[in-house]
Amino acid sequence: MTQLSHIRNFSIVAHIDHGKSTLADRLIQETQTVADRDMKAQLLDAMDIERERGITIKANTVRLDYTADNGEKYVLNLIDTPGHVDFAYEVSRSMRAVEGSLLVVDSTQGVEAQTLANVYQAIDADHEIVPVFNKIDLPASDVDRVAEQVEDVIGIDASGAIAVSAKTGQGIHEVLEAIVNVLPAPEGDPDGPFKAMLVDSWYDAYLGVVVLIRVIDGHLKKGERIKFMSNGAVYPVDRVGVFRPAMQNADILGPGEIGFLTASIKQVRDTRVGDTITHEKKGATVPLPGFNPSVPVVFCGLFPVDSAEFEDLRDAIEKLALNDASFSYEMETSAALGFGFRCGFLGLLHLEVIRDRIEREYNIELITTAPSVVYHVFMKDGSMTELHNPADMPDPSTIDHIEEPRIKATILVPDDFLGDVLKLCQDRRGIQLDLSYAGSRAMVVYDLPLNEVVFDFYDRLKSVTKGYASFDYQLEGYREDNLVKMSVLVNDEPVDALSMMVHRDRAEMRGRAMCEKLKDLIPRHMFKIPIQAAIGGKVIARETLSALRKDVTAKCYGGDATRKRKLLDKQKAGKKKMRQFGKVDIPQEAFISALKMDN
Amino acid sequence: MLENWQNGGFSIYLHWPFCEAKCPYCDFNSYVSASIDQDAWKSAYLREIDRYADELPGRVVQSIFFGGGTPSLMEPSTVQAVIDRVATRFSVANDIEITLEANPSSVEASRFSDYRTAGVNRVSLGVQALNDPDLKRLGRLHSAAEAVRAMEIAQNAFDRASFDLIYARQNQSVSDWTAELKQALTMGFSHLSLYQLTIESGTAFGDRYKRGKLGGLPSEDDSADMYDVTVEMCKAAGIPMYEVSNFAAPGEQSNHNLIYWRYGDYVGIGPGAHGRFSHPERTRTATETPLSPAKWLQAALAGRDQETRQLLSAEEQGVEFLLMGLRLREGVSLDRFTELAGQDLSPNILAELESEGVIIRRDDQIIVSDQYVKLLNAVLERLIED
Ligand SMILES: Nc1nc2c(ncn2[C@@H]2O[C@H](COP(=O)(O)OP(=O)(O)O)[C@@H](O)[C@H]2O)c(=O)[nH]1
Ligand SMILES: C[S@@+](CC[C@H](N)C(=O)[O-])C[C@H]1O[C@@H](n2cnc3c(N)ncnc32)[C@H](O)[C@@H]1O
Ligand code: SF4
Ligand SMILES: [Mg+2]
Repeated sequence: MTQLSHIRNFSIVAHIDHGKSTLADRLIQETQTVADRDMKAQLLDAMDIERERGITIKANTVRLDYTADNGEKYVLNLIDTPGHVDFAYEVSRSMRAVEGSLLVVDSTQGVEAQTLANVYQAIDADHEIVPVFNKIDLPASDVDRVAEQVEDVIGIDASGAIAVSAKTGQGIHEVLEAIVNVLPAPEGDPDGPFKAMLVDSWYDAYLGVVVLIRVIDGHLKKGERIKFMSNGAVYPVDRVGVFRPAMQNADILGPGEIGFLTASIKQVRDTRVGDTITHEKKGATVPLPGFNPSVPVVFCGLFPVDSAEFEDLRDAIEKLALNDASFSYEMETSAALGFGFRCGFLGLLHLEVIRDRIEREYNIELITTAPSVVYHVFMKDGSMTELHNPADMPDPSTIDHIEEPRIKATILVPDDFLGDVLKLCQDRRGIQLDLSYAGSRAMVVYDLPLNEVVFDFYDRLKSVTKGYASFDYQLEGYREDNLVKMSVLVNDEPVDALSMMVHRDRAEMRGRAMCEKLKDLIPRHMFKIPIQAAIGGKVIARETLSALRKDVTAKCYGGDATRKRKLLDKQKAGKKKMRQFGKVDIPQEAFISALKMDN
Repeated sequence: MLENWQNGGFSIYLHWPFCEAKCPYCDFNSYVSASIDQDAWKSAYLREIDRYADELPGRVVQSIFFGGGTPSLMEPSTVQAVIDRVATRFSVANDIEITLEANPSSVEASRFSDYRTAGVNRVSLGVQALNDPDLKRLGRLHSAAEAVRAMEIAQNAFDRASFDLIYARQNQSVSDWTAELKQALTMGFSHLSLYQLTIESGTAFGDRYKRGKLGGLPSEDDSADMYDVTVEMCKAAGIPMYEVSNFAAPGEQSNHNLIYWRYGDYVGIGPGAHGRFSHPERTRTATETPLSPAKWLQAALAGRDQETRQLLSAEEQGVEFLLMGLRLREGVSLDRFTELAGQDLSPNILAELESEGVIIRRDDQIIVSDQYVKLLNAVLERLIED
């Protein structure tokens, strides 16, 4: 156990590729936390990947022992947060567990959108911030310009900034000294009742659920009985320890320390990030403020391609949900897609991670319906319902008005592409909040409807800016707008999986784009197929897919029987992956592709 | 219940894998070789004939087909030896059909009478096109005039002769094809094979197509129109379509190919040859030999079994029966399907297809209606839908 005055807890915030992982490696190496021979590039990232596969993108932690120039021995705890907007709540909790941040900015690039989003979280958590300008070994490095940007754009003092090269190791010693001298020591009451914050948790095949905690007051030892204040659950502690960065048992964890506990907890679901942990007896009575578990904001339907795999899918989803409290699901039936689940996610990345895991680890091919946001539907009788699925839209005559979630999006983009970005945001019903310049780059802040972003906003942004824009957002709340449900009819049959909520003014455009897309995506059949988009009973767009005229093979002799039979088998298998609407087969790609917008 | 193996007839297919040059559209198992040991090939074929004769005693051979590759590169003596050996080792039908595929070059035409003497009574000429620029584009070594001469020689030399054309070629319009077909129909042949150009992967055309470098192919609409025109014109000329790409005067159909389409039995000899035959006590066997001529030859000379064999399941037989048989204007027998597949075709699907006018039912037969022959693939998909 270390004295509070000799502990420093910090995180590193950075835009992707600015060198966070490399800097962490250098800090680990410089403090000889890992023997040189065991040192491999991106130590924390290696774990990152493992955990990425373990659903949520987890915080990584390492404890460094450092003897400072003043001769004193310090314990430095680094919590490395992923910084993806989907996990904003988890990130903000990790930030609350430390007192300071290193703000890493690539001195050849300057401030980016993620730099901003992440540094604001650090500021929100009252961190002391040490700017670190990285990659000074590169000729394009311009430390003065970056310092100016940090002061202008972020508004923090850059006079104490340290210029480093995480690659060569230059300046790393200064960084360690700044951690000790500039960042504050944690505060806490060693004699008070035990109180710790649950920063993160994950499942380990050998140890069961591992809980990452930050001790606030008191101490925790192995064998003691702890209580989770949110639900009163009590567990005897099997072990406590720290990360170096491998797990290492310890006798005791005291105030200011960051470490782990295990306690035969069966499911990660039972451990909520942000919860307060105390002793069962003579424990703390007041929990830490701000416990506020994250709720899903993006919903979509997941259906097995092969309907026989529904039970397997249920099994997979239940197992995944055990380890991810922020993922929600309920059974859904679709006329188009059969039995499946309506699932809720923290964002699109979270959606993709879960979907990929089901496909890869459980070997279930999925059809994913269009992501949808949660609408607030206010009824004429004064009640409000949350709409997770356009299929559940109540009779419009009973609706008073509908509100949709909005976000505040920050985009940094080189001047050259500004026009395209503004047009994109405008097209997506955005309201400009701010436009300023940082050197040759513009920073635009937009108020945008989340439903316009969950489709393919990010892809479009990347393509119109050739990848030079950076983007981040936060949820801002709900606002009323003229929203309607658009249905799609193929050969006069409604395709429920393709219905969507749209803004009335954009309905024709979206309907037309949808019909045109489907015309390309649906293979031609033996008959012609009308494709329509409609609001209520009113058709707003229409296309006709002409009939297939010829598909017979010209030659088929003795040697072709096998080949042709195998081809038919393949077609039959392909057809299994399609869904039937009346007499029309729609391939599953159509469901995903049809919902992307090209312009 | 075992299917009566006599249902579709019995024949022998012999594959000759060599050509003078490889045509850019062709995915047949054919190779260009500087030296071919004709004697070795002869012995290999004879051994294989012996082997199958031992396995399938008592079968009556209704047809022998020399296919390729370019069998008109075979020595007539080799052809003769094969025919003689089949006649000694099997019973042969009185009206046995013996076909040889030939390229219509002058060199080859000069051998026609020797093939006739050897016992070949039907020839199938690979004419492909009737104008020189298109022949060149198809990589053919003969000219149109040469082909016409070979056609005349063939008509005189053999009891029956047929020729192949490939249409829906690059830069060919519907009216171009109409004119070409009109010319073809004046030549007095009572059998024609008219194939729409298929872009096969693994061929020179296939590669060019993938790279977007094979321009001028007709649109789907145009090739559908070309097909319709072909069927109409041939019908008017007295050689109606009897199979998707084959046209013949009554009684002039290719018996050999009918055996394939009627899902009869055939033995496949030579590299890359396929066979389908049933023993009275066994279900149908599918055979397939190695593609490589050298490997095949070596194994055949050593008297080693070289084909892979697979017993076809009832379901597989049902599918093959339909996909072959529905190509024929005569259609297929539902009872025979049931016998082969061990189950009926779904009455619901049949009724649906019939009410849509896709198929016609005549007693026990089903026939794909005229308008839907072009959509046979889609029809099959629906028929075998679970
Ligand atoms: N030249 C140079 N390259 C660096 C430096 N720091 C990091 N990099 C490189 O920049 C890339 C991104 O670094 P990484 O640490 O993965 O960034 P992260 O995404 O912030 O974790 C990698 O290719 C690193 O090797 C540096 O100081 N100098
Ligand atoms: C084995 S080949 C003919 C043999 C002979 N070597 C010849 O070329 O004349 C049988 C016939 O199939 C046709 N054929 C081959 N490849 C084709 C393709 N890709 N598309 C359409 N027909 C093709 C040609 O008409 C050819 O005559
Ligand atoms: S079309 Fe005939 S000649 Fe040309 S490569 Fe094929 S088999 Fe040989
Ligand atoms: Mg990294």
